[in-house]
Amino acid sequence: MAVSKEQVESVLKEKLQPTNLVVEDTSGGCGASFDVKIASPLFAGKRVLERHRMVNSALTEELKSIHALTIKPVTPEQWVE
Amino acid sequence: GGGVAGGLRPELKEAIDQYVASNKVVLFMKGSKLFPQCGFSNTCVQILNVLNVPYETVNILEDEDLRQGMKEYSKWPTFPQLYVDKEFIGGCDIMIELYQNGELQEIVEKALVS
Repeated sequence: MAVSKEQVESVLKEKLQPTNLVVEDTSGGCGASFDVKIASPLFAGKRVLERHRMVNSALTEELKSIHALTIKPVTPEQWVE
Repeated sequence: GGGVAGGLRPELKEAIDQYVASNKVVLFMKGSKLFPQCGFSNTCVQILNVLNVPYETVNILEDEDLRQGMKEYSKWPTFPQLYVDKEFIGGCDIMIELYQNGELQEIVEKALVS
């Protein structure tokens, strides 16, 4: 099962209430690979490991076929374009 | 892919427990510190080299049981995975972030003197 950028976006939008979200497909021929920059109020007061765990668990199903995932989780206040 | 059924075997869990207990800094990675086989693993090796601390690496590509088991042990889906003083610190992005803000150095130095 291939995972699309749109699928990653819709799952994250549904589960993490992001104020900002940028998903990039970075696969260079070795399989599905994504770069996720996400701002959500849910990350407030959470340490970096917890924030990453929240993104990973939102994408549990997709991660079964994603080869590599880079995550930058920030709070809405920390977001820089 | 692979769909390996869940269940981290108790013997394997115990072996991992012992390994991370007897080595302060351990990177479970693709390849070895001398020959990383993935860009993310290579980045993490370079960070540990810059920190200039003793560390061990475990090549999860050589053992499919360990590879699946570690995902469950850490509750983390990808590699590399860094352990310091028995505690799971995170994957590559987290290592980069903690390295850049100076926390990784603190975590490792604290572990090495404990």
